[in-house]
Amino acid sequence: MARTEAKKDVVIVGLGWTGAIMGIELAQEGLEVLALERGPDRYTVPDFRYPDVIDELKYGVRMGFMQKPRNSTVTIRRTLQETALPYRKLGSFLPGDGVGGAGIHWNGQNWRAMENEFTLRSYVEDNFGAEIIPEDMTIQDWGVTYAELEPYFDRFEYVLGISGQAGNVNGQIIEGGNPFEAPRSRDFPLPPLPNTYDSVLFADAARAMGYHPFPRPAANASAAYTNEYGMQLGPCNFCGFCERYGCLNYSKASPQTCILDALRRMPNFSYRTNSEVLRVDLAEDGQTATGVTYWDEDAQEEVFQPADIVLLCAYQLHNVHLMLLSGIGEPYNPVTGEGVTGKNYAYQMNGGTTLFFKDKTFNPFIGSGANGLSMDDFAINQIDFAAEGFIGGSYITAGVANGQPIRGIGLPKGTPSWGEEWKTAIGEWYGHSMSIGSHGSNMAYRDCYLDLDPTYTDRHGRPLMRMTFNWKPNDIRMTQFMRSKIEPIAESMNPDTWQSSYKAEGAQYDVRPYQTTHNVGGAIMGDDPNTSAVNRYLQAWGQHNVFSIGASAFPQNIQYNPTGVVGALAYWVADAIRKDYLPNPRPLV
Amino acid sequence: MITFLRILTGLVLLGLIVLAAIIFMPVRSTPALAALPDDYTPPEGSGEYVMRLADCSACHTAEGGVPFAGGRKIESPLGTIYSTNITPDEETGIGSYSLDEFRAALYDGVRQDGAHLYPAMPYANYRKLSEEDVRALYAFFMEEVEPVSNAGPETALPFPFNQRWGIRTWKWAALGKAGEVSTTGDALYDRGAYLVEAPGHCSACHTPRNLVMGEAGYTAMDGDFLMGGEIDGWTAPALRGPDSAIRNWSAEDLKLYFASGRNNHAGVNGEMQLVVRDSLQFYSDEDLDAVVAYLRALGDPTDGDNAPPVDPPRTIDRLDTAAGGTEAVLTAAEPGMALGPRLYLDNCNACHFVDGRGADQVFPELDGNPLVTAASATGLIDTILNGAEVPSTTVRPYSLRMPGFDHRLSDEEVAELATFLRSAWSNSAPAVTIADVTARREVAEERAAAE
Repeated sequence: MARTEAKKDVVIVGLGWTGAIMGIELAQEGLEVLALERGPDRYTVPDFRYPDVIDELKYGVRMGFMQKPRNSTVTIRRTLQETALPYRKLGSFLPGDGVGGAGIHWNGQNWRAMENEFTLRSYVEDNFGAEIIPEDMTIQDWGVTYAELEPYFDRFEYVLGISGQAGNVNGQIIEGGNPFEAPRSRDFPLPPLPNTYDSVLFADAARAMGYHPFPRPAANASAAYTNEYGMQLGPCNFCGFCERYGCLNYSKASPQTCILDALRRMPNFSYRTNSEVLRVDLAEDGQTATGVTYWDEDAQEEVFQPADIVLLCAYQLHNVHLMLLSGIGEPYNPVTGEGVTGKNYAYQMNGGTTLFFKDKTFNPFIGSGANGLSMDDFAINQIDFAAEGFIGGSYITAGVANGQPIRGIGLPKGTPSWGEEWKTAIGEWYGHSMSIGSHGSNMAYRDCYLDLDPTYTDRHGRPLMRMTFNWKPNDIRMTQFMRSKIEPIAESMNPDTWQSSYKAEGAQYDVRPYQTTHNVGGAIMGDDPNTSAVNRYLQAWGQHNVFSIGASAFPQNIQYNPTGVVGALAYWVADAIRKDYLPNPRPLV
Repeated sequence: MITFLRILTGLVLLGLIVLAAIIFMPVRSTPALAALPDDYTPPEGSGEYVMRLADCSACHTAEGGVPFAGGRKIESPLGTIYSTNITPDEETGIGSYSLDEFRAALYDGVRQDGAHLYPAMPYANYRKLSEEDVRALYAFFMEEVEPVSNAGPETALPFPFNQRWGIRTWKWAALGKAGEVSTTGDALYDRGAYLVEAPGHCSACHTPRNLVMGEAGYTAMDGDFLMGGEIDGWTAPALRGPDSAIRNWSAEDLKLYFASGRNNHAGVNGEMQLVVRDSLQFYSDEDLDAVVAYLRALGDPTDGDNAPPVDPPRTIDRLDTAAGGTEAVLTAAEPGMALGPRLYLDNCNACHFVDGRGADQVFPELDGNPLVTAASATGLIDTILNGAEVPSTTVRPYSLRMPGFDHRLSDEEVAELATFLRSAWSNSAPAVTIADVTARREVAEERAAAE
């Protein structure tokens, strides 16, 4: 028997980055705001306290801060012909849960996308011709431009206290920064992090070859910082436990360090944990949402939470799942290409080369999640797609991000993963290897999408969401191109030995090894209700009081880590709701 | 012989009469300091503001309880005292108090029924409150606070402290003159003096106690005033004099500390945490300026403001500049290093750094930190064992917490670490013994068990 709670002005699904941003921005409007979080509450102390949290087995291997597949997962297949099976053991990607969401366990690599990534299809058509776009590639423009988002990128970076070096301030190229980045209105709030030895060696080699390395923008604070909400960060100590961990040191920007205590002070904001939203409830005519229904884990009952505005701020996969379950937007059909919800699921195409030096010591226990020097010389705005035969690009980086002892040791290919030889190799190579990685775009395709699984259900009896995804020749050509650029850099550094790992022709998506938690798309934004699930303000085309905020809105994946764009979009939407929607609730487009 | 017995009998009788007088003669209440018209109405909002200035809520609200409904445990040298319900409930609160009775409680420490209040209630300081502020408080508690029925636990101190009549004699010896506040004629200073000496009741903790356990000074004119005291075993640091750490703080440092509970040097700790949480963060900007001006005039203001502002140093710069003494030992990190510095590296260094300077407003400095070098190491030991937390405030909402290390360090290790901290960098304070730590761990365990 469901109970019904008192109506709120706004209900937010998920209290991670976007939920916290929307919460504080709309609470500042005086609205009664409620956030529903399916996981537990989390504080730096006690949840991330030293030394308990730097337990690699518990959090790095056994995924202590991630969602449990038994509670929440997807089914996965690679082609329309395969039968999807449940993702029962976390591998390829790691959605989090609990207050702070993935914002607690990210590395802190905070990027802006490039100008042409927001208008990708137009950019390709205008510069290289529509004919170079493969028939099954469904890339789109975003419906919002970089120039429109710039103030919101800036705002997000200043909330997070990003450490970095600007390369382009209002069109002026700054020595030491990224000369290929889109113009930013001002410098980063904090100076860049200091560099580790591996990143310096890489940058020297890259510079010698005429490239332009710069410090990777980091949400790991290089100094003490106070943001616009009065929230604070302490300087990062390079413990190397960022990804998969909450930061023990108040150094990594997270909803906890940047927003939540300020939000908790607001009397018109409240949140409930262990409250998993099951669906968005629509009015009889389907034109608006009336609220959400959630599962109250403590009371073991369903609850209807009425609200005037519903904000989907869950992880990308869950935003799309809720829309599919709730009838928000027509489900995408890969055969006809019609429908919008679930369309254009995309991932990230990464590769890397590992270098081994007998005579160099890298102190790999010193690291920071966004540590490193990067180069954008083969970024998406630097490549002649027609000449190279692919659409996309990557940024290239070296820098120890993971200082953890179990998973952080590079060993030459062919080394057994256990036993005497493994021990010998560990003794020989620990501290003597470094990596140069490429982090690249992934285009959208007609048959890479999300829908409801016909077979499997979750513990609430809801159909699981089904992911259909595989690697495509375009993106494999892109990553092979990066290999052809990285290997000469590696060779120029004269390692004793080196080895590469890039997807090669015929590569199939493998869900077992960790790749990245940069799942995007499925509720994509755009200008046309026939080809996008939400409009440029991330407002559902069919239900104007529902907004779906996050990487689910990306029409295809950018070449960068998504959080910077997710944050900018959240502030963009918050501004639109505050200034435009609240005075006159309606479809904004 | 008979004469002697007569004299003795006479003395005994006289003593009994005096005793009877002490116990039964009604106390003459201190009159209002100014005659305000009967229909005087305090300015809108002033009641709540004066309540904040005087920090009534910190003591009169139980942990997690209804504001002003009492029941908070206050550990005093005499034993545990429970604060009372000061909501306007007729039965269990102060709803039936007249203005004069209310003032008598504030000025003279006398309850409506004539019983004497324990001096945990700082009437020694509140007796300087202006009549305007008394009226504002009275109006606030009578009209703006909701009555709550809560009898709360009775304070039951052991003999002889349960004989409340004895407090009357203590008051004769201990209390200063009602309404007496330092003044220089400078408006800012005078306002600051009033705030610190009267409602702020800073001296209740920060002034040493004299032989009869009264405050050894009540105004800036008294040499011992604000020269440091003790609260719940912790040292309440000196706010003036050569050994006062805040002498080296700028006006801005002081103001930020009061408004936010943190600054570039320290984070608020112990009982002071409640003072910031419930009182100081609500002081107006002007009143904070006044408090700061007064405190800096009391101390030596020549150091602070003239120092040039320094950009927060970057991690790498600080590691590179480490040289000499403690920094050298910690930077070298020789495997054979002593236990104290090794424990520091393994437990403290990530936040507080090899130079002991922490990070501005986030991680307190340990070099020169009055909590570290306090006469009593209790505060330091408690902090290592149980952790610390700065309160959420308007200007700095983050309730930053340091974890406790009680589960990780033995008593011997805590003693080694605390001893190291008290002698590291420029610190020079006596060693901490294992017994000191054992005692504090027991206190913490007892308190945890009692909750």
